[in-house]
Amino acid sequence: MAQVLVLVGTKKGTFILRSDAARRDWALSGPFCATSPVQHAIGDATTGTIYAAAGDAWFGPAVWKSTDFGQTWTHSSEGLAYAEGEEPIKAAWSLAKSGDVLYAGVEPAGLFKSTDDGLTWSQVSGLRAHPSRPEWNPGGGGLILHHILPHPSDPQKLWVGISAAGVFYTADGGATWEPRNRGTRADYNPEDQRYPEFGQCVHSLALAPGGGERLYQQNHCGMYRSDDGGREWVSIEAGLPSTFGFPSAAHPRDPEALFLLPLNGDIKGRYMPDAQAAVWRTRDGGASWTDLRHGLPQEHAYFGVLRQALATDRLEPAGVYFGTSGGALYGSADEGESWVPLAQHLPQISSVETLLIDT
Amino acid sequence: MEGKARGLEQANATSAGDAAVTVVLPRALLRLFPDAPSEVSLEARTVGEMIAELDVRWPGMRDRLQDSTPAVRRHINVFVDGRRGKLETPLREGLKVYVLTAISGG
Repeated sequence: MAQVLVLVGTKKGTFILRSDAARRDWALSGPFCATSPVQHAIGDATTGTIYAAAGDAWFGPAVWKSTDFGQTWTHSSEGLAYAEGEEPIKAAWSLAKSGDVLYAGVEPAGLFKSTDDGLTWSQVSGLRAHPSRPEWNPGGGGLILHHILPHPSDPQKLWVGISAAGVFYTADGGATWEPRNRGTRADYNPEDQRYPEFGQCVHSLALAPGGGERLYQQNHCGMYRSDDGGREWVSIEAGLPSTFGFPSAAHPRDPEALFLLPLNGDIKGRYMPDAQAAVWRTRDGGASWTDLRHGLPQEHAYFGVLRQALATDRLEPAGVYFGTSGGALYGSADEGESWVPLAQHLPQISSVETLLIDT
Repeated sequence: MEGKARGLEQANATSAGDAAVTVVLPRALLRLFPDAPSEVSLEARTVGEMIAELDVRWPGMRDRLQDSTPAVRRHINVFVDGRRGKLETPLREGLKVYVLTAISGG
């Protein structure tokens, strides 16, 4: 019988919510990972293994792992380090599994990989060897590599998102990289420098399903779609309440569908527009948007939702979940049409992901 | 005489020989390494060697206590003779070394 796990990374560890396919009744467990700040927790649908990327003020970065759905955990950061003399890694920020390779993005921005299921790590050094590297500047959250998108069929291909260096792409397993930011704005630059080759503040990346190279990007400055793997981006922000937001989540089957949580604006407090919570959905690739707010707070909603804190599940109809800066987790079992709070008093939520398992 | 000389070296914290010390580990670290006791006896000439010896016994502990600079992590304090030690700080025979987590967090 199918069960859904919602994996929640928070400022004080990982939490797991579990339900059957009906997604009506949820059981909460946690906090795990010794209450370390967890930036991203993911599940490998093939193996059922759960991984959590953490960065602890006392003990530094680590990637945690559980092979029994959260009952027991191990941790490692062996090899998760830059060379002596470089600024040390503060935290692991993002995770992605591509075949047998586990990737971890870190702060300060860089990419590591593990080929032994998280026991040891080695740097994908081509990324930090990119000639633009000395000019990468941190965004508000730091110089962080916060999104890793493996290509759906070619393990040599990978996209990453770095704040605020932009989107980078490799087609050779990470040996060489190219910026893929054409068409995305940097409104914070002087007027004649708003479309640079790199330096854009990407907030999240989502790969559309279907095996193609359609990408969606929520940026500090706009919402975008690319149908060619990020070579060219086009704005799809018309119809949204704001050009500013953090997360984006693709539909599990429909490449035209996407979920967003726009915030009111980068200098307006960064909370729900008009303090009324809504998830916004497109079913036509961003040509039009619908606000989905049934069951969400419609007054005094002064929370934000961070860049990795929105996810879908693979059931039919798709479930959608998001976690707030105030520690609330909301879920929808009908593709966003209606929402219920699944947890309301968690620590600040950094990430939300799902894992579908058969028991 | 040889024994006395060796003892003097240890007392003066020279690099010629290991010093038997007791290391007191912080509770927050023990949550990450449930098999580790709160007090450990080991031999090391410096704080760096002490951490390396801890890592031999509990693999991964070095990464929790020192960063890649290399240096003792910013929010970890290793007190040697009542003063904050660095990796190169020498140890002397019989010392009790306190590893403490700094006041940080939120």
